[in-house]
Amino acid sequence: MSSTKAASQRASRQRMAPWIFLAPAMIFFTIYVIAPIFQSMLYSFYAWDGIGVPEWIGVANYGELIEDERFYISLKNNLLWLILYMLAVPAGLFVALFLNQNIWGMRFYKSMFFFPFVISQVVVGLIFTWFYNPNYGIIGEIWQFFGATPPSILGDENLVTYGIIAAGLWPQIAYCMILYLTGLNNVSADQIEAGRLDGARGWRMLRYVILPQLWPATFLAVVVTVIGALRSFDMIAIMTQGGPWGSSNVLSYFMYETALSEYGFRMGYGSSIAVILFFIMLFFISYFLWVMYQDERRG
Amino acid sequence: MENNKVKIIGLIIVVVVVGALLVKWLPSLTDPAGSDQAGNLVINFDDPNPAPKAGFEAAVEAFKAAHPNINVTVNINDREAHKTAIRNFLSANPPDITAWYPGNRMAPFVDAGQFEDISGLWSSDRNLSSNFEAIKPTMSRDGKQWGVPYSYYQWGIYYRADIFDEHGISEPETWDELLAACDTLKANGVTPFTIGTRFLWTAAGVFDYLNLRTNGYDVHNALTAGEIKYTDPRIRKTFENWQTMLDRCTFVENHATMSWQDAIAPFANGDAAMYVMGNFSVAAYKDAGLKEEQIDFFQFPEITPGLARAEEAPADAFFIPSGAKNKEEARLFLSFIARPEIQSDWNKTIGQLPPNSKASINNDDKFIVEGFETVSTASGLAQFYDRDAPAEMAKAGMEGFQEFMVNPGRLDAILTRLDGVQERVYK
Repeated sequence: MSSTKAASQRASRQRMAPWIFLAPAMIFFTIYVIAPIFQSMLYSFYAWDGIGVPEWIGVANYGELIEDERFYISLKNNLLWLILYMLAVPAGLFVALFLNQNIWGMRFYKSMFFFPFVISQVVVGLIFTWFYNPNYGIIGEIWQFFGATPPSILGDENLVTYGIIAAGLWPQIAYCMILYLTGLNNVSADQIEAGRLDGARGWRMLRYVILPQLWPATFLAVVVTVIGALRSFDMIAIMTQGGPWGSSNVLSYFMYETALSEYGFRMGYGSSIAVILFFIMLFFISYFLWVMYQDERRG
Repeated sequence: MENNKVKIIGLIIVVVVVGALLVKWLPSLTDPAGSDQAGNLVINFDDPNPAPKAGFEAAVEAFKAAHPNINVTVNINDREAHKTAIRNFLSANPPDITAWYPGNRMAPFVDAGQFEDISGLWSSDRNLSSNFEAIKPTMSRDGKQWGVPYSYYQWGIYYRADIFDEHGISEPETWDELLAACDTLKANGVTPFTIGTRFLWTAAGVFDYLNLRTNGYDVHNALTAGEIKYTDPRIRKTFENWQTMLDRCTFVENHATMSWQDAIAPFANGDAAMYVMGNFSVAAYKDAGLKEEQIDFFQFPEITPGLARAEEAPADAFFIPSGAKNKEEARLFLSFIARPEIQSDWNKTIGQLPPNSKASINNDDKFIVEGFETVSTASGLAQFYDRDAPAEMAKAGMEGFQEFMVNPGRLDAILTRLDGVQERVYK
C-alpha cells in the first residue's frame, strides 16, 4: 500500500520536474517575447508618439502603409536579401568541402574562413564601408588602376542593396560553412566506402552519398539564412542608415526608423510595420517547423 | 580546532562586510543636507566633447559657488544617446534640468506636457525679459516660453582664403558674384563646394539658405509650418536656383556617402574651396591641418535683391521637465545661466555666440566676430530645417534634398512626394 503510494508520488514528481525547470524560461519568454508581440499589435491601431496620449485610429496605419512607397522599397529589398542571401548555403558547402581535407596548414585556412563569423557585424559593416569608398577604398583603387571612374556603391540607389548584401554574405557564408563542417564530421565512412566500391566518385558521390547525409546541416543553414535575411538590420544601420534617400531600407530598419530614430517616434506606424514583418517571419518559421515535424515523424 | 578556525574566519568576514557598509552609508546618514534647507539639482547634459563639456562644467561650478547649499548632480550623455534617452527619462525618472533643442524639436514634449512652462521666469527675470528678444520666438510655443538658451552659432559659407587669393576671387556679395567665383574656381580645376550628405542635414543647410535668400524668412517659416506646398512656385524657384548652383557651382562627387567630417578632406587638401556650414566646423578644419589664415567666412550672398537677410542660427537650450522634483532650484539655475557674464564665459570656451545680447563675445576669434555681426544684424533667425519642421517632415524633406542633389531630373517626383508627406504630417 505505502510502496504504491510512494511510487505514485515519485511519478507525479517526475511529471512536475520538467515544468519546474521550464518555469523560469517560460515566465521570461512570456513577459519579454509573447506579451510584446500582442502589445505591438495593439499599438499598431493607435497614433502615438511615445509620450503623449495614444489615439485610436483603427487600421489607418495599415492603410497608410499600403500607400507608402518606402514600405514597398523595403519589402523589395527584403526580398532581394532573402534570395541573394541564399547564396550563402551553397557557398558555405563549397568552402566546407574544400576545408574538409587533410593537408598541411588546414587549421590556418579554416581559421581564416572562420574569422568573419567571429567579428561583430558592426565591424564587418565598417570594413565594407571603407572597402567600397570610391575615394580611398580598395574598390576605388582597383577601378582607378584600370583608368575607370569608380562606382559609388553605397551612394548609388541601384547598387547599394547589392553592396550591403555582399557584405552580409561574408559572415553568413562562414556560418553555413561551420554548419557543414560539423555535418561532414558525421558523414558515415562506411557509406562512402560502399559508394566507392560501387564506383561512385566526384559529383555523383557528392550528390547521392554525401548530400543526403548533410540534410540536417542544410536544413539548419537554410533556416538561419532565411531568418538572418529577414532581420537584416545592423549592416544597414552601419553602412547607409537606409540611404541614399531610403533606397537601401529593409522592413526591420524601416520599423526602427519610424518608431525609434531621431526623426521617427511614430510608435503606431512602426508597430504596424513590425506586425507585417512578424507575419512574414511567422510564415517561414511555421513552414520550417512543419518540415521538422514531418522529419521527426518519419525518423 | 577546525571549528574555531571557521568561526574566526566567519567573524572576520562579518566585520569586514559591516565595516564596508558603515563606511559607505555613514556619510549619508550624517550628511547635513538632510537637516538644513539645502536643495538638490540634477542636470542632464548632452555633449561630452571637450570644449562643450568644459564650458558646461565651468558654468555649473560658478553656480555651485553662488549657491553653496545646493547639491548639484550632473549627468553627461553622448548627443545621440541623449536624443534616444530623453523620452524615457522624461517620463520615468526626470532630472531637474535637461538639455534639448528649441523650435519644433521641443514641440512634442511641450504638447505632451513634459516640459515646465517658464513664462513666469521669462517675465520676472531681468535678463530674460530684456536681453533675449531676438531668440525669444524660438523658445516660445502657444505664446509661452519653455526653456533658456545658453548658446547659438551662425551658419554661412566657409572658404579657403588662400585659394580665393590665388585666383583673385573676393568674397561674393551677390548671387552672380558667387556664380562667377564658381566659374573661376572650376576653370582652375577646383571644385567650388564640398558637402557630405550621408546624414542628410547638411543638404538642408544649403536648401535653407537658398530658400531664405530666394523667398525670405516668412516663406521659410510658412513652409516648415506646413502652410505652403513644396510644389508652390516660390519653392520651385528655390530649386531652380539650386539647379543653377549644381550646374555652375559643382559639389564634390560621392557626397551621398560622406559625413560632414569626411567632406572636410577635399576642403583641407585644396580640391574644394567652399563649404556651407555652421561655426562648429571651424575646429574640425583646424584639426584637418588648415591654419587660421587659410580659412575665412562670408554670409550666404543675396539672391533676390532687396530681400531682408535672415540667417540660420540654431540654439542650444535647457528645459525643466514637468516631473522635476526641484523646480525652484531649476529655475534658479536657468536664471543663473541667462546672466551675461556666464553666457560670455561659456561661449568663449565653446567658440559660439551668447544669446544674451548684453553678453560679450570673444573678440580674438575672427569667426565669432563675423558671426556676431552676421546674426545680430539679421532680420530673422531660422533654427534649421530639421528643427523648424516636424521630425517626420524633416526626414522626408532632407532625403528629397539629397536625392535632388544627385538626380536633379527627379525634381517633380520629389516635390509631389513631399506634398504627400506634408499633407499627412500636418493634418
